[in-house]
Amino acid sequence: MDYTLNLFLIIITAIFVNNIVLAQFLGICPFLGVSKKTDTASGMGMAVTAVLVVATLVTYIIQKYVLDAFDLGYLQTIVFILVIASLVQMIEIILKHSMPALYQALGVFLPLITTNCCILGVTILVIQKDYDLLQGLVYSTATALGFWLAMVIFAGMREQLAMTDTPRAMRGTPLALITAGLLAMAFMGFSGVDTGLRIMLGL
Amino acid sequence: MNNNLKILTNGILKDNPTFVLLLGMCPTLGTTSSAVNGLSMGIATMFVLIMSNFIISCIKNLIPDKVRIPAYIVIIASLVTLLQMLMQAYLPAIYNTLGLFIPLIVVNCIILGRAEAFAAKNGPWASILDGVGIGLGFSGALTLLGIVREILGTGAVFHSDDFGLSGIPLQGESYGMLVFVLAPGAFLVLGYLIALFNKLILKNNK
Repeated sequence: MDYTLNLFLIIITAIFVNNIVLAQFLGICPFLGVSKKTDTASGMGMAVTAVLVVATLVTYIIQKYVLDAFDLGYLQTIVFILVIASLVQMIEIILKHSMPALYQALGVFLPLITTNCCILGVTILVIQKDYDLLQGLVYSTATALGFWLAMVIFAGMREQLAMTDTPRAMRGTPLALITAGLLAMAFMGFSGVDTGLRIMLGL
Repeated sequence: MNNNLKILTNGILKDNPTFVLLLGMCPTLGTTSSAVNGLSMGIATMFVLIMSNFIISCIKNLIPDKVRIPAYIVIIASLVTLLQMLMQAYLPAIYNTLGLFIPLIVVNCIILGRAEAFAAKNGPWASILDGVGIGLGFSGALTLLGIVREILGTGAVFHSDDFGLSGIPLQGESYGMLVFVLAPGAFLVLGYLIALFNKLILKNNK
C-alpha cells in the first residue's frame, strides 16, 4: 500500500511541485522554441513523452546490468547520450513504417529531441534518485506530462500575447521569458504540497 | 592579428551565445542563482568548448561527412566525462552544487553548434580562439545574470559556501527578494536583460 501511495506522491511531485521546465530548467530550448502555437506545443509534448519513457526503460536496464555490473559507472554520460541518439533514430524509423499518421504528427519534432536536455537529464536523475524500474517509469511519465502541461499552458499564453502591442525591444524572446517567469511563479504555489501529502498519507 | 582579435571579440559581443543567439538556455537559467555558480558553470563549459573545438578542427578531415554529428557528440561526451572526473577530484563542493548541469554540458547546443559552424571549417588555432571568445561571452553572460539575481535576491554578491567566500554585502539582508534566487527570478531577470540588450542594439542601428 505504501508503495502505491509513494508512486502517487512521485506523480504529483514531478508534474506540479518540481515541474521539469518551470522549476528544474530542463528542456528550455523546445519550451521557448516550439511554443508559439498550442497544436505544435502539444505535439512536441507528446513526442517527448514517448521518447522519454522508452529512453528511461533502456538506460535503466543498461545502467543496472551493464554499467553497474562491470563497474563502468564513469561511462554513464557517453553511453546515455549515444543510447538516446540512436533510440530517437529508431523510433523515427519505426513510426514512419508502422504508424504513418502518428509520424506525420510527431515526425518533425523527433530529431530535435536528441539535444533536448530533459531526456538526458531525467534518465540520469532516475539513476541518481535510486528508483526501481517501476518508480523510474512512473517518474519519467509524470515528468513528461509536466513538460506537456507547461508547454500547452505557455503556448496558450503566447497565442494571446501575439495579438497585443508590445514595446519593440521586448518582442519575441524577452517577453516570452518574462511570461515564463510569471508562469513559474504560479507553479511556485505548489511548493510544499509534496511535504504536506507525505504527512497526510503517513509516508 | 586583426583577424584573430575579430574572432575573439565576435563571441563576446556580436555572436554572444546567451543574449544574441539564445543558445544553451538550460544552464543559463539553472545555474545562475549566484554569481560564483554562474561563473563556475561558464568556465566548465568554456573548458569543454575550447577542447572540443581544438580536437574537432584537428581531425575534421578524418571524419566521414555522414557520421560527423555522432562523432562530434562522442568527442564532446568524452570531454565532459573528463571534466566530471577532474571536478570530482579537485572541486567536489562546486561539482555537487552544479550537479546535473555538468553532465548536461553534452547537450548544450553551443558546443555542438560551434563544432559544426566553426571548428569543422577552420584551423586549430582559429578554433581555439573561437572557443575562448564564445566561452568568455557565455561565462560573462552567466556571471552577469548571477550577479543581478544574487544582488536582488540576497542583497550581497560573490557569496559562495563552496569556495568559502563570504561575499560583498551591498544592501541589508532583509531587503533580499528571495524570488529572484528561485526559479521565476531566472526567467524574469534574463527576459529583462535580453530586452535591454535589444534596446541597445536597436538604438545603435538607428
